[in-house]
Amino acid sequence: MALTGIEIYKHLPKTNCKECGQPTCLAFAMKLAQKGIELSKCPHVSPEAAAALEAAAKPPMRLVTIGVGDKKLEVGNETVLFRHEKTFLNPTGIMVRVADNQPAAEVESLVAEVASYSLERVGMELRPNGFAVDNRSHNPSSFAQCVATIRAKSQLPLVLISQDPSALETALEKVGQERPLIYAADSHNSEGVIKLAKKYQCPLAIRAEDGLGQLAELSDLAAKAGVEDIVLDPGTRGFASSLEALTQIRRLALKKNFRPLGYPVITFPGEGAATPEEEVLLAGEHVAKYANIIVLDHFSPGHAYPLLTLRQNIYTDPQKPIQVSPGMYTIGSPRDNSPLLITTNFSLTYFSVAGEVEASGFPSWLLIADTEGLSVLTSWAAGKFDAEKIAKTVKGFNAQDSVRHRKLIIPGAVAVLRGELEDELSGWEIMVGPREAVDIGGFLKRVWAN
Amino acid sequence: MPPVETPVEKWAGKIHEVNLGGDARRLVVGGETTLPFLHFEGAIPHPPAVAVEVQDRPPASWAPELRASWGEAMEDPASWAKKAVEYGADLIVLYLSSAHPDDQNTGPQEAKKTVTRVLSTVDAPLIILGPGIAEKDNEVLVAAAEAAAGRRVALGFCEQKNYRTIIAACMANNHVAVAKTPVEINLAKQLNILICDMGLAPDSILMDPTTGALGYGLEYTYSVMERLRLAGLQGDKMAAMPMFCTVGEEAWRQKEARATEGIPAAWGDIATRALRWEELTAMTLLLAGADVVVLRHPQVVQRIKATIQKLMTKE
Ligand code: SF4
Repeated sequence: MALTGIEIYKHLPKTNCKECGQPTCLAFAMKLAQKGIELSKCPHVSPEAAAALEAAAKPPMRLVTIGVGDKKLEVGNETVLFRHEKTFLNPTGIMVRVADNQPAAEVESLVAEVASYSLERVGMELRPNGFAVDNRSHNPSSFAQCVATIRAKSQLPLVLISQDPSALETALEKVGQERPLIYAADSHNSEGVIKLAKKYQCPLAIRAEDGLGQLAELSDLAAKAGVEDIVLDPGTRGFASSLEALTQIRRLALKKNFRPLGYPVITFPGEGAATPEEEVLLAGEHVAKYANIIVLDHFSPGHAYPLLTLRQNIYTDPQKPIQVSPGMYTIGSPRDNSPLLITTNFSLTYFSVAGEVEASGFPSWLLIADTEGLSVLTSWAAGKFDAEKIAKTVKGFNAQDSVRHRKLIIPGAVAVLRGELEDELSGWEIMVGPREAVDIGGFLKRVWAN
Repeated sequence: MPPVETPVEKWAGKIHEVNLGGDARRLVVGGETTLPFLHFEGAIPHPPAVAVEVQDRPPASWAPELRASWGEAMEDPASWAKKAVEYGADLIVLYLSSAHPDDQNTGPQEAKKTVTRVLSTVDAPLIILGPGIAEKDNEVLVAAAEAAAGRRVALGFCEQKNYRTIIAACMANNHVAVAKTPVEINLAKQLNILICDMGLAPDSILMDPTTGALGYGLEYTYSVMERLRLAGLQGDKMAAMPMFCTVGEEAWRQKEARATEGIPAAWGDIATRALRWEELTAMTLLLAGADVVVLRHPQVVQRIKATIQKLMTKE
């Protein structure tokens, strides 16, 4: 949370000596608040005041990096409680749990499936982020062996789950250079596990069993021991309890600038759910409400796809709707007698329309109007997809040169524009298409088959 | 280390409590004095309600998975509604789809008959929706309003371009209006104001901010709903209506819930994906403040009911 000028002023000597080049301490404070000057320009600020000001200038929630290389996971650094206030920045990391008492063949096939899972949606790649290796065997060498089995198949970031510092260390001896997240220091093992985090310079998760007070104490303990990258597990597992705890942590960090809880949060929805289906729902809750890392107990494409889509939705910047560039697009290889459709440049609108036209089997021309990334109804309501804009798009992209006919198909949701459009585009016949993209195939079959 | 204080927000406002149903079975939605499911902060006197969508004729265009899940019950709206209640529906959304001119173009007489039959078969409160064509909506909803007098149903959709007739029918028969606006906070408030100006009480309105399904604009609906809920809790009475979301209809419209051929393996099998699509859409909007979610698949109804129960219980 950035400090105001007045708050900074309180920490200054208030002598107005002008050595900083500013007429008064207050003027200096105001300038500093706007980041227009460096604190070091004041030679008289006390070390304590400097430390306090520096601490206050730190982001309220720390950015924590797990893993190394181009697949590393960065989480945290969030600045708002609601995405409409600005945007959520670093999408929730989704890790898949691998138990070290599973047969090696099972581990291998799970790891191969998760590591190769990837799909594209509105121009972005969706994929899980890594693995959480769980020392269920309670045997340090099985743990290290399981880590090695995973590493033979995938370089994705790791979470190392064990209560036993010696098991954690056998794994860290293998992958300690790769910044795995160590999970977790709790009230029983904190000393040993904090030491490991220091020794291997790895991010450390801490787990409380007894509320946020205990969580803050443990986090404070780790920070005082010199661990900077901390991840929080409040220990809550259910739908209501985790929503409550995660909301409180986010509020305390952002609104109260409460340092001990100013870190990313990790959750385990599988531990609070009775079935894999319920796990997806709880994971969905955590994506929307404040988890930075989620460890899944089950992985299947039919569950992963909707969950990754939800993450994409929630983390889309509301100020920058995903857009495609306006212009004339071809679907298949259209000719001068192929259908000509127009819609908006909101990416989802484009992708659903293009997908349905593609599926219809009719090669077509698709005109995309610049509606500033708004969907058909929204842009129409906002006056950004009216008869004038449509006519301008048709002329601007020389639709008359692409097709021999003079027929333009407009979205059914803006059927009211038809009359006005026929005035604007003289010589053109305006055809009202379906309201929904899914009905485009049937529509084209009906009106364009001959 | 300083003790950790529970970070509680103080809200001046309260979401209107909307009563639905007749003597045999009443349902109240709304009444919250805090954000969704934050029991440590305020009151959530009524759990969000799960509605099941029933159409007045078998919907031929529904995905095979969905049609199979209801089977023969879909042949008759009254038996369909009965089955929906058995699956746990708190209320029924009855779509008078057959009144659409491109459908069977049925009129007020048929609407009256259907509504009467459904009302005499189930006690659960009803939300009655027209086919979405202004003239036809007015025709069949007025008939429906009269047939449902005494049962306090909700009627929709009232839209900026067509609300007067429906609101008059609500006022004449003590019903509730469903006000629908296209994903925009000011349009939503404006329509509520217009409706209240006609004389319908603020506690007789549900608002539908227009649902975008998962992957198809969900984030817009989510943020508009969060903003409306925040405004309502901050004391803006024209933003404090309980919110209504047509989750099933939107989720099952998408390719993800329908396509079985030529799709990437990463999408998983159709049934798993389609059900999760509907469930995650519902879950996310419940967290944004939905007070009524309208669902389609029986298993989704059961799972969302169970989840709401968990969200309402302090562990
Ligand atoms: S140098 Fe420091 S003490 Fe002197 S006027 Fe500037 S801020 Fe104040």
